[in-house]
Amino acid sequence: MDIVLQQVEYRYQAKTPFERIAIQDVSITIPSGVYLAIIGHTGSGKSTVLQHLNALLQPYAGSVSIGDRVIKANQKNKNLKDVRKRVGIVFQFPEHQLFEETVEKDIIFGPMNFGVSEDEAKRRARIALKQVGLQEEILEKSPFELSGGQMRRVAIAGVLAMDPDVIVLDEPTAGLDPRGRKEIMDMFYNLHKERNLSTVLVTHSMEDAARYADQIVIMQQGNVVKQGNPVEIFSEPEHLMKMGLDVPNVVRFQLKLQEKTGMKLDTIYLSIDELSTAVREYIRKDNRL
Amino acid sequence: MEKAVVTLDNVSYQYEESDQFALQDVSFDIYEGEWLAIVGHNGSGKSTMAKLLNGLQFPQKGEITVCGLKLNEDTVWKIRALIGMVFQNPDNQFVGTTVQDDVAFGLENHGVERDIMIHRVKDSLEKVKMGQFLNQEPHHLSGGQKQRVAIASVLALRPSIIILDEATSMLDPRGREEVLETVRLLKEEKILTVISITHDLEEAAKADRMIVMNKGQVYCEGTPEEIFSMDEELIRLGLDIPFPVKMGKAFREKGIELSKQYLSEEELVTELWTSYFNK
Repeated sequence: MDIVLQQVEYRYQAKTPFERIAIQDVSITIPSGVYLAIIGHTGSGKSTVLQHLNALLQPYAGSVSIGDRVIKANQKNKNLKDVRKRVGIVFQFPEHQLFEETVEKDIIFGPMNFGVSEDEAKRRARIALKQVGLQEEILEKSPFELSGGQMRRVAIAGVLAMDPDVIVLDEPTAGLDPRGRKEIMDMFYNLHKERNLSTVLVTHSMEDAARYADQIVIMQQGNVVKQGNPVEIFSEPEHLMKMGLDVPNVVRFQLKLQEKTGMKLDTIYLSIDELSTAVREYIRKDNRL
Repeated sequence: MEKAVVTLDNVSYQYEESDQFALQDVSFDIYEGEWLAIVGHNGSGKSTMAKLLNGLQFPQKGEITVCGLKLNEDTVWKIRALIGMVFQNPDNQFVGTTVQDDVAFGLENHGVERDIMIHRVKDSLEKVKMGQFLNQEPHHLSGGQKQRVAIASVLALRPSIIILDEATSMLDPRGREEVLETVRLLKEEKILTVISITHDLEEAAKADRMIVMNKGQVYCEGTPEEIFSMDEELIRLGLDIPFPVKMGKAFREKGIELSKQYLSEEELVTELWTSYFNK
């Protein structure tokens, strides 16, 4: 299922004295099966874009196509349930949204809300639980007895159990330790592949965007300022840094090294392994090793 | 000889509903004027330690001494005046409708006189470079600015120690840098002893000393250089290695010899330049 945003504009508190433009002229295409990262500072409009992906917000101008459903500005858009069923959003700190008495009840709440039978919802709960790396024994426990990391996984299982085509992740690793971060990011990447999902990752982390995404969109002050694949995005790192944005550590390091030594590598490397190999080859060619 | 401002002596703590100790036989000193980073995986006991240090919980075993005072129910109020805390979520620590009201709130609670209060509010906001924002509404600030105001609120009470409990973990990179820069300045001016509880190893690398927690116990302590030479062991502990160390390691594995391990990118670049390019 493709999602296409065309020249989307959104204003908070529209037609009041407090009106404020949050995003403007935003056009993004998310083809089926793509892993797309949206990057920007706090206040750049990332979260506003995110809420358009399943019509939690509707454009003030422009249009959003979600599969064959088109949501346009200035028209009443009813029956959005089907859209919301197909686009699952994992919000920041999703564990804060747990509320049921047992893990199982919490996971089946979403699918049943969308009209799935209880038996089917329970079947899906078991599959989703396994996919987030938890044991079935946990189903009868209260979600509030679990550790923070387990709670987050349960909340994610609740979104997966809705069987979405698209999964949207808003800073999914905030507050986790480095191991937890890597586990969760690898888990989403595997789900992306296994379930053939489209994945949209909203993040501050250039490292994660460079590592996992096929496509990257960079937002600033409500506008899309750059989009492309990671190599395209980071091949002009100075441009990003001028905008006050980070680049992945390895890219920044390559720049510093080139600046200090006068070495010129013909491409930007996105992994430590590739960069160290390229530097070695450069030094060898120069007969200095 | 460094002077210990906080001493933990065989401290153990167990939450009521848990069958395991959150902290077990933890002993260490925190020295005056240092920046100590406490790192460890989720559930390693870091945050429990913060709660014990300012008496939100009391240990079942062992003793905590803060600036010469033994922490107990009688001294807890005195000790809380000595230790300020900044928490993780910048949105959860505001009560005032303007930045200066917010900083004044703590002072009002302590019955500080108005003249002194006005001076201290201004002074502490200037120390965190938020002096231009006195009448701003807190919710209009960025995450980094909010955390700096939270630090100012703590400073206004003139504590000896500040605990940052994952205070940068919800900020974007720019906000994180703002807060760390503020902490660096406070430390340089010798205003405070800084205890930062963090997952961010790039941040911990800038501290004077580190303590690594694992499963409720002190796993080891040392300078960042010492701790990060543990290498793969840190990954087994659920932590990570800072980028310059990883990069240096990759160079060595590829046959590019380096004289030591570097915690800063600049030093690593300089060594590469002198050894391999500047010939």
